[in-house]
Amino acid sequence: MAQRAYESPFARRITLRLVLGAIALMAGIGCNKKTEPAAASTASGETAAAAPADDGKLTVGFIYVGPKDDYGYNQAHAEGAKVVATLPNLKIREEEKVPEDVAVQNTMESMINLDGAKLLFPTSFGYFDPHILKMAEKYPNVTFFHCGGLYTEGKHPKNVGSYFGYIDEAEYVSGIVAGLTTKTNKLGFVAAKPIPQVLRNINAYALGAKSVNPKATLSVIFTGDWSLPVKEAEAANSLIDQGADVITGHVDSPKVLMETAERRNAFTTGYHASQAKLAPKGYLTGAEWNWEAVYKGYIDTVQNKKPIEHLVRGGFKEGYIKMSAYGPAVSEEAKKKADEAKAALTAGTLVIFKGPIQDNAGKEVIPAGTERGQRDIELEKMAYLVEGVKGSVK
Amino acid sequence: MEGVDASSIGIWGVPLAVLGGAIRISTPFLFVSLGECITEKSGRVNLGLEGTLVMGAMSGYGVSYLTGSAWLGVLAASAIGALLGALHGFLCGRPRVNDIAVGIALMLFGIGLAFFLGKPLIQPSAPRLPSIPFGFFSDSPQVRSALEVNVLFLVGLALAPALRWALANTRSGMVLRVVGEGAEAARAMGYDVLQVRLLATVVGGALAGIGGSFLSLFYPGSWNEGLSSGQGLMAVALVIFARWDPVRCLYASLLFGGASALGPALQSVGVTSGYYLFNAAPYALTLLIMVLSSSATEASADMPAELSVSR
Repeated sequence: MAQRAYESPFARRITLRLVLGAIALMAGIGCNKKTEPAAASTASGETAAAAPADDGKLTVGFIYVGPKDDYGYNQAHAEGAKVVATLPNLKIREEEKVPEDVAVQNTMESMINLDGAKLLFPTSFGYFDPHILKMAEKYPNVTFFHCGGLYTEGKHPKNVGSYFGYIDEAEYVSGIVAGLTTKTNKLGFVAAKPIPQVLRNINAYALGAKSVNPKATLSVIFTGDWSLPVKEAEAANSLIDQGADVITGHVDSPKVLMETAERRNAFTTGYHASQAKLAPKGYLTGAEWNWEAVYKGYIDTVQNKKPIEHLVRGGFKEGYIKMSAYGPAVSEEAKKKADEAKAALTAGTLVIFKGPIQDNAGKEVIPAGTERGQRDIELEKMAYLVEGVKGSVK
Repeated sequence: MEGVDASSIGIWGVPLAVLGGAIRISTPFLFVSLGECITEKSGRVNLGLEGTLVMGAMSGYGVSYLTGSAWLGVLAASAIGALLGALHGFLCGRPRVNDIAVGIALMLFGIGLAFFLGKPLIQPSAPRLPSIPFGFFSDSPQVRSALEVNVLFLVGLALAPALRWALANTRSGMVLRVVGEGAEAARAMGYDVLQVRLLATVVGGALAGIGGSFLSLFYPGSWNEGLSSGQGLMAVALVIFARWDPVRCLYASLLFGGASALGPALQSVGVTSGYYLFNAAPYALTLLIMVLSSSATEASADMPAELSVSR
């Protein structure tokens, strides 16, 4: 074209650089945002990889896949890290929004080499294989603890551990509160994907509700992914349109669910962290992680050079999960029943998945007389929705 | 689904959700696609509107939170959008710059910058845009909820035919089309092609910014990083789907919004198998219509002639 005929090759190169520069700038902003500058400790960085940091403090690194104030999964971890940061002889480094790819390896290496971290908590499920495994082999003096419970004895490196919480116990208690609060006997659950962990939460919630209100049903909507705010809002609206008056969910951040339900005057129960602030009227209670209990245990292990416990799991009893404080709409009766169930779960006298349990197609999935306790590995293969749940895993 | 009781509307929830979805979900698509329509009519593609949308959402939310006025938020979002549009227009005005490449760079830049600046905005709660209760006649809370219409949607609704008319009947509309159809001719007529394209990109960016503010200030109505999840990009594609006609952009956005509501609505009434397919309905629908309306023998007559990727 004519207007392009008189340009110089230099101009072309400059603009190309501009474009590349813009991309590089974005990559810098979007992906590698450190909440605390690593530069501060680079002075001791050269030797830090082999020896502890200069001041003798243990450096602990926390890595999150999303923003650490997301009212969800990452916030739950960051709240634990905040408590850890107050412990003596220890300092923490955090990095947010680290994708589950080679970027997390870079983050781990920079925490190890520049910050002198000896203990890392890469918290996202997808960090484990191959990223943590690779780094663990490369840095045998550093300990890695991963959230997800994926460790296999003999197959994975010795300096790796994996932990997880039986949060379905807290979902069961939430279900009790929901079952006793609903006026329509219809509850709504917005879930990301039908994987065993999610199904277990849905089923525990339904069983909790049914234990106190046999008429209660739970409708499930799967959105298809972990963070789809518009679809989550649509799902909550659809459930409420169908008469559901208690909404909960299992997505990365239930923020939109809580806000949408509150606007529609529906009740809510939370997940991951407390969302009480988002729904002051309708928030009943919620299933929260309590990672500080896990973190403290692990830090004790590392500081006192105890043998690493590779697979750590727990529920109410171990203090790995907790309930949100009851909201204003929760009746005394509901509080009483919920507290009783919580006490029984803590004591180990109540088993959530106790036969006979049928799936929602009428097929028996746990026969009468069979109790599947929390540590039963069968529960981790869950691929069904129990009777009373409206939805499909296919 | 068992019988319809007082609190439930049963299967009627599906058409109602599709209608509500068409109104609620379509607005960002509408504004971005109208903006892109103007830009592309001038013979330039701005793929960066996804970034503009996210920046608009973030800045709108931030300004609304700081000033307490959601409308100031919308204004700020459009200003930021115009600024990003100007940046795109300026860069593409340099000799031999590929607008697609600049667009992709600006998209990533916008998203990254919005996430960076939006960090402190995830927790606080900002004032939202008001809605007009068009469902006042109904006793059903479902109908009333579906007909909570935001003013921005109405603005978009009016803007689409107004734009079509302006493109066909006004001097500036004609200049825009001339620049988009034949830069040589426009230059011969004494118009500054780059200037027109810059302006068209600025206006397009401002509209996309407003679309973003709808996301954070009305529906779903808060700022978080997954807010857009590609809606800006889809809206750019909608322009091609709508064959560069503002009114068809409106139809396409409504269709897309309604189809997006279909998956959750069907699951809520118990149609639960194959929800991945229903969730993909908007995309499947777009593909289908594209295939049906495509032609093997001739290029689309509606496409602005200057819109060539080979530049």
